[in-house]
This record gives sequence, structure tokens and C-alpha cells, in this order.
Amino acid sequence: MKRVTLALSLALAAGLSGQAANAQTLKTVKDRGMLSCGVSQGLPGFSSPDDKGNWTGLDVDVCRAVAAAIFNDPTKVKFVPTSAKDRFTALQSGEIDLLSRNTTWTLSRDTSLGANFTGVTYYDGQGFMVKKSLKVNSALELNSASVCVQTGTTTEQNLADYFKANNMKYEVIAFGTNDETVKAYEAGRCDVFTTDQSGLYANRLKLANPNDHMVLPEIISKEPLGPMVRHGDDQWFDLVKWTLFAMVTAEELGITSKNVDEKAKMENPELKRVLGTDGNFGEQLGVTNDWVIRIVKAVGNYGEMFDRNVGSGSPLAINRGLNNLWNKGGLQYAPPIR
Amino acid sequence: MSTEARKPPLQIALKIRRLLGGKAGWNGVAVQFAFAAVLGWVAYEIISNARANLEKQHIAAGFGFLANNAGFDVNQTLISYTGSDTFLRVFVVGLLNTLVVSVVGIVFSTLIGFVVALCRLSPNWLVSRVGEIYVEIIRNLPLLFQILFWYLAVLAALPNPRQSISLLGIAFISNRGLVIPQPIGQAGLEPFVAALVFGIVAALSLRIYARRALFLRGQLIRIWPYVLGLLIGLPLVTMAVFGLPFTVELPQLKGFNFAGGARIIPEFVALTLALSTYTAAFVAEIVRAGILSVHTGQMEAGASLGLSRGNTLRLIVVPQAMRVIVPPLTNQYLNLTKNSSLAVAIGYPDLVSVWAGTSLSQTGQAIEIIAMTMGVYLLISLFTSALMSIYGWRLSRSLGA
Repeated sequence: MKRVTLALSLALAAGLSGQAANAQTLKTVKDRGMLSCGVSQGLPGFSSPDDKGNWTGLDVDVCRAVAAAIFNDPTKVKFVPTSAKDRFTALQSGEIDLLSRNTTWTLSRDTSLGANFTGVTYYDGQGFMVKKSLKVNSALELNSASVCVQTGTTTEQNLADYFKANNMKYEVIAFGTNDETVKAYEAGRCDVFTTDQSGLYANRLKLANPNDHMVLPEIISKEPLGPMVRHGDDQWFDLVKWTLFAMVTAEELGITSKNVDEKAKMENPELKRVLGTDGNFGEQLGVTNDWVIRIVKAVGNYGEMFDRNVGSGSPLAINRGLNNLWNKGGLQYAPPIR
Repeated sequence: MSTEARKPPLQIALKIRRLLGGKAGWNGVAVQFAFAAVLGWVAYEIISNARANLEKQHIAAGFGFLANNAGFDVNQTLISYTGSDTFLRVFVVGLLNTLVVSVVGIVFSTLIGFVVALCRLSPNWLVSRVGEIYVEIIRNLPLLFQILFWYLAVLAALPNPRQSISLLGIAFISNRGLVIPQPIGQAGLEPFVAALVFGIVAALSLRIYARRALFLRGQLIRIWPYVLGLLIGLPLVTMAVFGLPFTVELPQLKGFNFAGGARIIPEFVALTLALSTYTAAFVAEIVRAGILSVHTGQMEAGASLGLSRGNTLRLIVVPQAMRVIVPPLTNQYLNLTKNSSLAVAIGYPDLVSVWAGTSLSQTGQAIEIIAMTMGVYLLISLFTSALMSIYGWRLSRSLGA
């Protein structure tokens, strides 16, 4: 029913208010004193509430970083859990200011949803998880398998493409939420669970016996995950985009949440620009010039954020891989702040 | 002979005035038209404004996407469907899946509901308590939990396909569902079906003839030997002449799953079970109320005629009770159809799941898709209540004498 409400409010917003489209999101957020951020309904490592109800994860930290840049307070975020199906409608209707919910960047999503991707927070790819007892070692041995998948994802289409391209038959069972999908996989309804590989590792931790399950080596798609904002508000788009770049730049320059104050005192021209003692880059974005200091103090640089949530410092223990900095063999690269 | 002059027929203008204006006369008519015009203008403004704004925000609008390739698969399709078919076909696939679960659910909920109601009314203490417990437990638990119960609890207890429970080696139950042999049509199929249809029609006309003979002339005709001959004998003869109508393809375990044979997916079974048992609890109370609304004298009259309890119910009480039962029963049928949209929780590909779910997020065209979905549910519901109204009308006509 939530979907119907969302669609109706979208219809009403589109129908009644002429200005909604070009509303100044940054001003709205500042007036409200709170950033409204769409996240997932629970995906360990990316966005999930802990036992005290605090949201944690990579996607959550992106929201906190934006809030830190605006308010100097990473707690001023209202997290709105959205399902894979509802997420775009929630963004279009203005219920959320920012969608940070392991969403794959594709051409059609960029062009037809009235929203834009601001960058890539995590380079992912789709994989398969099976029970070890099936004794399957490759996705190419999955002919006639039953596959559990979450509905409303690029995963569903990649799956169809992959099995068709390899001339294999399969049965797809699509569920509304991630939890339902995992539960059905665990109950034995399907042989295979498929989603982005990071999600496979995250969901494996939720299973009763994680060691009975394995992730197959094949990666069948490119899944660049990133935050999304509404189309037509360039100021807001720039702020979210450069918040991500700021975290990557901070890692590149060795700025961490621990040494940020010392770095701010150093006489290095690049550090001075980034940390706001030289130039007015923050003001150009509509926030204060110490914006990078605020972000890094709140959530750390990109590497710290990665390690804490999904990398070596977390139960997921995913390798940096493609998500390493460009000069360390990965793809994370930020244009210069100048 | 009537001397009264015939009244002149009411003129159309006067009819309109009376219909729209009521006591207010022509002024009232003017107000009505003005109000309709304002409503129309508001609707036009909303639609044109929405179109303009969607365009400005670069959100795709319109129904052009219906012809695009869907690119995803569905695990139960009543018509042939692959990922390279269009979104329009996905819509039809989802609609048919919703309809099949609703129709099967309505049939089963009615049957179970009637049985439970009769149990509750039974003079047997144990049977009536069982009926009561059924109603009180089932109708007081949320439907979503019941669906999840049937799906997860029952599914978890079933073995995987490699260890599936074999029924005489031709059908298999596993957590992939029920696999049954599939009939494959052969040369003799057409005459066989024709003979079967002819047999059914002939048997029905015989029954009408026999009932008429009974009611009009009190003549009791024994028709069952003819009916048996028509329904079984005739198809057998055509089989002997034209050969087997179909051969049966047995399911075989291949790799992960069964190949060949027809399969009923567990999502369908769980959803139908949950919907029909849940709705049956409400139907049972409606039927019980209907039967109790018939005066006890009717029951006693039947007994004094020497009819058995079952015959009294069937021939005397239930036909009178139906007049009370039909309107609230329609409500339950409508509820069942709409409740079938909970299917998305267990991955049954109904209209809401594949259309307002997957297709919506693949295309992002929320307004069009939600509007189409609501329109379809409205149509299904209106069609169901129209059918039930016709049935109720026929019923009161036959009782109204």
C-alpha cells in the first residue's frame, strides 16, 4: 500500500505544485534542519540498523557525510527505509532528498527517472551463492536451477540475460524484500541466491550456517552503486557529488579522521585548498569552507569508511579490489578540488 | 372500460429537470452543470499539469513503454512468455495469475465455508466445536502471517527435489512444488473433446427434462444410466475409433529439478490455501447467519415431511438462506481477490508483484502503472459483483413467487 501512497503523492506533487521540480533542495534541507535520506531495509555493511536502532553502513555514512557538510552534525539525518521497488518513487515524490541505497547506475535510470547518479560509492558485480552440498563450482553448471532474486532490481534482468546467453534453463522466484528472498533461499525453495556480490557476502552472515554456503567465482555484470538525487537541482547535485569526491581526495592526501586537525595546520597548498584555509570552495557548494574537515571528522575518508563498514574492520571482510584508489590499482578517482 | 384520459408522456426536458434539478427546478439543473464543469476543469488541470511537470523533470511519461522488451522472467505463466516479450505481455501474465488464484480461491473458500458452517450448526457437540474453533482461530489471525506460515512452515518441511516424495512414481512432491504427469495431445484429441462436450450438454438437458417431468407431472424418471453412458461410454467409443486422445509425459529428475510434466509451484499452493481457508472462516459465519435467519419452522416442516436433515437443508433451508447470504458473500469474494495482492510476500507472480512491482521499478513509470493496476482491480471487482447481482436477482425471482 505504501507504493500506492507514494504514487499518489507523486501524482499530486506533479499535478498540483508547479514549483516542486526546481525546489532548492539544499535550502529545504537547511530550513528543515534535517536531511531525509533513503536507504535499504537492511543490508549489513551498506545500511542496516544495529541492536540500538542506529543505522550503520557504507550507504548510511554517505548520508551522514552530506549531513556533516551541511550541519556539521552527522546525526541530523532521517533515514527512510525503502524497498527496491519504492526507492525511485520516494525520490521523485520528494519524500527523500537523497537516495543512498546500493543502486546500480544505468543509462535508463539516469534518463527516464527524473533523477541523476552523483558518482560511484562502490564498484560491484552480480554473483551467485549456492549451498556447498550441491557441489557446484561454477555458474555454468546451474542449468535447470531455481533462482531466488529480489524484485525490482537490475539483478533480475542480468539473470535473464546470463541464462539466455549461456543457453541454460532456470526458474526465477522474485520476492519483494531482501529478507524474504534470503528466507526462501534458506528454506530450500531455490538452489541459488543472486544479487550483487557484496550483498551475497552481507546476506551470508544472516544465514544460520554461513559456512554451508559459498559464493561462486563468476561475476556476470557491472554494478556501479551510487547515490541519486532529483534531476534539475544542480546545486544539490554538486554538493552530493563533491561530498563523495572529498572523501576520496582525503584518502589520497592521507587525511584521516584522527589527523585532520594537524593536516589543516600544514603549509601544503593542496591541503590548504581541500581543508578550506585557502579559497572558498565550500561556499561555492553552498556550505562552509571547512566542509571537508566536517566530513572527514564525521565519517572519515573513503578508505576509513570502507574498512569500517565492509572491509577488513567489518565482519564482511571484503577486499578493496576495484574500490581501491586509482593509484593503488582500483577505480576510485576524484577530480581535483581547485 | 376506462374513461380516464391517457396522461401525455413526460417530455425529455421535463425528465431532465426532474432528474437533475429536483425541487430546485431549472436553477438546480444549472448548478449541477456548473459543478460538473468545475470538476472536469480540475481534472483537466491536474492531468495537464502532471504531464507538463513530468516532462520538465525528465520523468518518462505515457504508455509507450508497453511495447518495450521486459527483459525479466516470470516463474508461472499461463500464456507463453519469455524475457524478450513486451511489458504489455507481462501485464497480461500477471493479470492471469491474479485471476487464476482468485477463481480457485473463491471456489475453495465457498466449499470450505459451507462445510464449516454446517459443522457449526450440527447437533453433534464435537463437530460443532471443531467448526467454532476453526472460525475463531482462522479469522482472528492476520492473513499475511497465514500466507507466510503456509509458505515457510510447510515449505521447510518438504524435501529437496532429489529426495522428493514420490506418489506411485508418477507425481512428486518437493520444495519445488507438485510435479504431475502432463497430457500431450494426440490425433484422437479433437473427437474425444467433442464427444465429451456433447456428453455434458446432453446430460444436462436430460436433467432439465427429468426435473420438469418431476415438477409438472410428478413423474420420476431415472436418468443416471443414460448420463453415465453419455459421459463415459461415448468418449470411450471415440477413443476406440480414433485412437488415444493424449499420451502422458512423466516427470524425470534431471540435474537440479524435474524436467517434463506439469508443475504446480508452491507459491501458488500456499497462496491459494491461505486465501481460501482464511476467507472460508468468514464465509462460514455468513452462511451460518443465513441459515439461522430461516425460521426454525421450516426445518421442522421438513422433518415432519419425513425428509432427512441433509435433504431439508439442501431443498428447503439453504435456498431461502441464499437470499441473505449472497450480498455479504460478494464482499468476501471481492476481499479475496484484493487480498491476493499479498502474493508479493511469497514471490507468487501476481499482478501487483510483476506489474506494479518489477515492471514499475524497471520502467519507473509509477503513475501509469499504478493507475492501470487500480483500474484492473476495479474492473475485476465490478465484474464479480455484477455476476453475484445477477445470481441474487435470479434467486429472489425464483423465491419471490
